[in-house]
Amino acid sequence: MSASQVEDRRAVSAAELVERALSLATLPCVVRVEERTEANVRWANSALTTNGEMRSRSLAVTSTAPVDGGTAVGTVARQIQGIDGVGPIVAAAEAIAGSGPPSEDAMPLVSGHATAGWDAEPAGTSIDVLTDVADGLGAAFGKARNLGQLLFGFAEHIVTTTYLGSSTGLRRRGVQPTGRLEFNAKTADLTASAWAGAATRDFSEVDVESMHADLTTRLGWATNRIDLPPGRYETLLPPCAVADLMIYLHWTAGARDADEGRNAFSAGEGRTRIGERLSELPIRLRSDPYHPGLECLDFVAETSTMQGTSVAFDGGAPIAPIDWISDGVLRELVRNRGEAERTGLSATTPADNLIMDGGGSASLPEMIASTGRGLLLTTLWYIREVDPERLLLTGLTRDGVYLIENGRIAGAVNNFRFNESPIELLGRLTEVGASEQTLCREWNDYVNRTAMPTIRVPDFNMSTVSQAY
Amino acid sequence: MMSALPGASLKGSGGSREHRPDSSVALVRVDVVPDLDASFLDLPLPALTDAALSRAEALGCSHADVRIERIRGAYRTFRDRSLESSTDGERLGMSVRVVHEGIWGFAAGIDLTTDAAAALSDRAVATAKVSRPLTPDTVQLADEPSYDASWVSAYEINPFEVEEPHKQARMLDLSDRLLRAAGVSHTSAALWTVQENKYFANLAGTRTTQQRVRTQPQWTAFSVGDHGFATMRTLAAPSGRGWEYLTGTGHDFDTEIAELPEQLAEHVQAPSIDAGRYDLVIDPTNLFLTIHESIGHATELDRALGYEAAYAGTSFATFDQLGSLRYGSDVMNVTGDRVTEHGLATIGYDDEGVASQQFPIVSKGVLVGYQLNRQMAAANGLGRSNGCAFADSPGSIPMQRMPNVSLQPEPGGPSTEELISAVDRGIYIVGDKSWSIDMQRYNFQFTGQRFFKIEKGRLAGQVKDVAYQATTTDFWRSMEAVGNESTYVLGGAFNCGKGQPGQIAPVSHGCPSALFRDVNILNTQAEGSAS
Repeated sequence: MSASQVEDRRAVSAAELVERALSLATLPCVVRVEERTEANVRWANSALTTNGEMRSRSLAVTSTAPVDGGTAVGTVARQIQGIDGVGPIVAAAEAIAGSGPPSEDAMPLVSGHATAGWDAEPAGTSIDVLTDVADGLGAAFGKARNLGQLLFGFAEHIVTTTYLGSSTGLRRRGVQPTGRLEFNAKTADLTASAWAGAATRDFSEVDVESMHADLTTRLGWATNRIDLPPGRYETLLPPCAVADLMIYLHWTAGARDADEGRNAFSAGEGRTRIGERLSELPIRLRSDPYHPGLECLDFVAETSTMQGTSVAFDGGAPIAPIDWISDGVLRELVRNRGEAERTGLSATTPADNLIMDGGGSASLPEMIASTGRGLLLTTLWYIREVDPERLLLTGLTRDGVYLIENGRIAGAVNNFRFNESPIELLGRLTEVGASEQTLCREWNDYVNRTAMPTIRVPDFNMSTVSQAY
Repeated sequence: MMSALPGASLKGSGGSREHRPDSSVALVRVDVVPDLDASFLDLPLPALTDAALSRAEALGCSHADVRIERIRGAYRTFRDRSLESSTDGERLGMSVRVVHEGIWGFAAGIDLTTDAAAALSDRAVATAKVSRPLTPDTVQLADEPSYDASWVSAYEINPFEVEEPHKQARMLDLSDRLLRAAGVSHTSAALWTVQENKYFANLAGTRTTQQRVRTQPQWTAFSVGDHGFATMRTLAAPSGRGWEYLTGTGHDFDTEIAELPEQLAEHVQAPSIDAGRYDLVIDPTNLFLTIHESIGHATELDRALGYEAAYAGTSFATFDQLGSLRYGSDVMNVTGDRVTEHGLATIGYDDEGVASQQFPIVSKGVLVGYQLNRQMAAANGLGRSNGCAFADSPGSIPMQRMPNVSLQPEPGGPSTEELISAVDRGIYIVGDKSWSIDMQRYNFQFTGQRFFKIEKGRLAGQVKDVAYQATTTDFWRSMEAVGNESTYVLGGAFNCGKGQPGQIAPVSHGCPSALFRDVNILNTQAEGSAS
């Protein structure tokens, strides 16, 4: 049975659920129905470990209510089996809103109209989308046995269809396909590791055989083991590692927090660092719902952003392309509509992608070739905030650290713990390569759509050695 | 504080009873238990699971289990004197897991009809067939008796039955007290409450109905000024308690909030630490997280066997070292359990139908046990599973997850003050903050909420910019003494992450204060761009 056949059996469409919720509402509200299907396969030690196929449908109602001193808001989200479940969710949301204190973010709900096709059937996926991946893995497992490797990894495809309606007339629909494949090869004694990742919308371009060949090359680099002490090294961070650092930077870039002196983008209470030069290189960091290959929803469908900024009053508001940094200068921070009105600035809800470019064109092999002596990283791991005032982060290198000598890979180095601030790193970059689509390593449960360059840092701070391999 | 008996936390009249697997077991309605949520019991639980199990059996599955779960969550955030966000969530659904021709299959959905339940078994078998080319070994499961039981966690007041304005008023009142204190520029606060209901049935005849509640309140004070900004957070751990936790049972929030501004002010004025090697007395409010990362995750057998190698990582505590690895000093005794009252991992039966237990992990410094599920227990000749299977939602696949992992105190041992008195030059560390550890659980780095210099056996005021960095076995072998029972505190977290797709699990860690010798201390201001 296909996903679409399952959907067809449902007596009530998502759009009808939205309309029913709006018809039952007695207060201004935003209603969202999310239809989600997912399929995944996981493997370890060159054998499958888990697999599954999941479906869910949820209804979220964000109600606003007049209360003493202003307007309050409350959201209730539940998985919903049928039309009878709508009323209790609406009532619960209105009860929470009606019993709450006035919100500082209160704004009139976004008004609008129904966009064409907003009530179309949901898109879906099933385990069948991973059939080619499974076949490719079966072949790779055979090769790995002959090469003395063990293979590990995970492939997942999620298709989410979001329906949004508001008591102010908005009707929107958006489809978000999100796929990823993480592929990890290790030597049989587990002492060397290589990793490759792919973000995809439909797995059509994912080439398991090619990825395995790349991993085999990297494990070959690791046949020569070199021990290096902690210290500051010229370091090439590939797109995957850069993505994990820039995502964290972006997650902390809340405008109100900066205004109140609470984050690293503050210049003191009441002042932000907007307008400050962060890099001498022409760094551009942006989000754009229409970026080719990284397309994502272009309207607000959540109630808060990853920065912790509440957008409960902003449901259905358009999401525009935004430059957070351009020409190396901090240009914007994340701001909801309420904060925008208070400050006289624009609302800046970020799209669900992140794109960094520094005007460079060099490929990773070219940047390796132009390196006298330095380190090439593969990925970063267990990144956590040590000092929010500087956005000092700690974490580990993972999946292969390689020593470059005279433009060539000389061997694999031990792992390190680093302590660095991504904001401060921007000020120390000496080269930025070509930007390319990448799957980040640590945060790919949350962020799937990124394009990043390789960067060169002349003095990356490797604080201690990790014995892990 | 610690119970070794499964079911010691049973409430209500349901109780548990055990019998051997028997396909003819009589099903007993469990709605006689007053503490179980009636709205969950009103679901057609046996009819749905019977439909799925009978279909799985007809398809030739050698094993099948079904979970119907409802998970309610309420999350509130507060910014200064205002409610910032208010979201209630609920996940209700059903999953079927099968072993078909020796291969796992899994499917989940939300339609609670008998037709949909049977269809899930069809889909689970279909996923097993897709996976067959990738699976050289067949699944075997460790034996477990079957149970027909109900279980409810030990809480007094279900937070979902407390009026919303009352809850918000309590949170905002404590925020207001913080904001009125000198030196506090801003506050943030959060309240997260969860109610879980699980119904589990398998082909062997087990039927369990369970309910548990947990609560996490938290406040952070900000100081903004010429010094930049600094923060300090409350130390109260998330707990397997209800609303009573905020009203004086299990923790005194009023006192902690009253003391926080002065502690933050001292932190702002504190001198920066000189990097180097120090003796450490670590308070349980900090040590619980080090236990979580360097013992809890390192003794997950799935990690040690490589199943998590591509994501969470592996473990230095490899399986061949069971019974011989010198993990720490002789005073190191660590247990795993799912029975501790108010523990976040505490439950009656795990998500494979295994009754909860307590078991040793490290005894007198030596690795003696791992966390198990039924498949790993069978595959590695370890006998019965110790009950560590968990799935974080009805749509998630059960995997081996961490039980409450706790460092035992020394009966009649030293107090925290006595531990401090044994230090000539050191640091007393209170409260958790930043944490990071490598993928084999060797190299870790932790910070904290407050650091007090120890000089000649006495506290000598706060210092700041401290991080301690060590290799796991070096660190635990340097543990010279653990505190007595009076120093023991149950810490924990709601959000331990593991697996792909990612799952979160709540888990507690009890520990006493402890003394460590000669640990590497970083000055965090000297890291990053600073040279």
